[in-house]
Amino acid sequence: MPRSVDYRRIYRLMLRTRYLEEAIVQEHKQGKTFGPLHLCIGQEAAGVAASAVLAAEDVITTTHRGHAHYIGKGLDLKRLCCEIWGKAEGTGQGRAGHMLVVDRGTGILPGSGIVGGGLPVAVGEALAFQIKREPRVVVAFLGDGASNSGAFHESLNLAGLWRLPVVFFCEHNVYGLTVHVKDHLSVQDIAVRAQGYNMPGLVVDGNRMEEVAPVVLAAVERALSGAGPSLIEAKTYRLHGFSTSDTGGYQREEDLAAWRARDPIRLGADYLLSTGLTTQAEVETMDRQARAEVSAAVAYALAAADPVEVLVPSAVFKE
Amino acid sequence: MATRQLFFNAALREALLEEMAADPRVILLGEDVAVYGGVYKVSQGLLERFGPDRVRDTPISEAAIVGAGVGAAMQGLRPVVEIMYADFIPIALDQIVNQAALMYFVSGGTVHVPLVIRTQGGSGSNAGPQHSKSLEAWFAHIPGLKVVAPSTPAEGKALLKAAIRDDNPVIFYEHKLLYRTVGPVSDEEVAIPLGQAAVKRPGSAVTLVAWSRMVLEALKAAEALAQEGIEAEVVDLRSLCPLDETTLFGSVRKTNRAVVVQEAWRTGGFGAEVASRIQEHCFDDLDGPVLRVAGMDAPIPFSPALEKKVAPSAADVADAARRLCRGPARR
Repeated sequence: MPRSVDYRRIYRLMLRTRYLEEAIVQEHKQGKTFGPLHLCIGQEAAGVAASAVLAAEDVITTTHRGHAHYIGKGLDLKRLCCEIWGKAEGTGQGRAGHMLVVDRGTGILPGSGIVGGGLPVAVGEALAFQIKREPRVVVAFLGDGASNSGAFHESLNLAGLWRLPVVFFCEHNVYGLTVHVKDHLSVQDIAVRAQGYNMPGLVVDGNRMEEVAPVVLAAVERALSGAGPSLIEAKTYRLHGFSTSDTGGYQREEDLAAWRARDPIRLGADYLLSTGLTTQAEVETMDRQARAEVSAAVAYALAAADPVEVLVPSAVFKE
Repeated sequence: MATRQLFFNAALREALLEEMAADPRVILLGEDVAVYGGVYKVSQGLLERFGPDRVRDTPISEAAIVGAGVGAAMQGLRPVVEIMYADFIPIALDQIVNQAALMYFVSGGTVHVPLVIRTQGGSGSNAGPQHSKSLEAWFAHIPGLKVVAPSTPAEGKALLKAAIRDDNPVIFYEHKLLYRTVGPVSDEEVAIPLGQAAVKRPGSAVTLVAWSRMVLEALKAAEALAQEGIEAEVVDLRSLCPLDETTLFGSVRKTNRAVVVQEAWRTGGFGAEVASRIQEHCFDDLDGPVLRVAGMDAPIPFSPALEKKVAPSAADVADAARRLCRGPARR
């Protein structure tokens, strides 16, 4: 897969992400999910577009809210669902859960359920690419919450200092868990923090795939040219709770309504139709296909075998 | 086999130099490791030899230093990162505990992290409570980390080389007072696998178990005890994880008595783990309780007059051994 912007593909992967998460909501209501699950409903354009433009050899580090990133980077839905449901065929053989998906094949290296924890690792991967002279980049996902962590600031400084091939991609979804950015963020735009670390900081509309994809691709090309890292801030909004265990009550109804009116799935379809990239009939076909793919993957995972032993040989240490 | 007398820090430097010369994937990252050659001179001359791509001074950013090591390791390099004082490791703990230690397990064995984290700890240099701690037990507690704590230049060199060649994250714990100790180091390659203890002095009356600098105190104690007719056996664990239970239990089954010596705080220290394993596995062989000689449960004080009181000495070790050996035998 070469680096490119293919809006039809991005849109298809956004649909997969949306329907997967809607399926998770349904299964959760029936008590058929395990643990807290973190949904990115409303954020699909940002997460999918930023990972889907990458080449197969590029890598992403992701977050506890990573479904869009996993799917955007090309992870097989069945293997993802098996990890979400803790099954032996999951990316981590059910050991990791949905917050910590690691998949060398598609370059999801690694997920991290610790806010900000993946950013230093991303810097190290970019360092390896630089030292080995490999034309590869890392896209390091983070949220607005992580931009307040020490790991964020240490990582941006080191990446800026060494001009590493990494793109920090911040999905500003307005809440750090339940706390609104007005109560946890000292700046309006996280992108301004890039100035402190010798890199460009860019703000994009995170609900429009056509705004996200070209900006990410340009930052990737800049990184590949040796010009160093960038920080991209995608403004978006989390339409569901922090996780399936969130009891809610802190998101204002008028905000939710305003952001629902800017649903990235609908904006994506509008873009494809208005530009003539596709037809209404094809949009409907893509929709049906995505629903069918998700249904099949969820059914597969629900029926799949559980892992059996914890301490199988070489489970904890490589021999 | 020809040997040279080398300082501990020079022996470690040889290990780095030889592994970097043999394997271009080995890189060094850390505060002051490049131009200055490390505050304890362990990496002196390596920048000149291997260049700025492979030997890098970093900002004072411990989380980023370790995280960069984790990421670079995941992408095919074999980084050796230095955290100048073990007391600074808490800043990087998330990267060690939640990233490095977990990656192999959560990837189903498809991603591994061949990373060495060299760090330096211990009291005895009047460095005060934020620069003197012994925190090795923290890391031995975490599944997925190996922990090495050598006591001599030759073993330091061999074990650092083994740590660099290991495919797992290794915490390599160096005691600051060891850097200026001298010992014979072979001119030839000596391999010591991680997880192999050594009997440093044979004896029949009591086993003294130690690691890192406390091995030197245990040997001094054994010397004093020998004058009194008590033959102590000294077991240097060398690595805490993996732990060489065979050598440890073999010695205790021979001597029927054990004293575990650690500089770290008594409560929750690795010595408690060693004592517990001995009583679980060697209960019927024991002629008395497994004793611990450990650091005082207090922050390491600055004043030389106070600092010398918190870490165990050879006299403390000998006292414990005497109590154990002269007490009433159970059988």
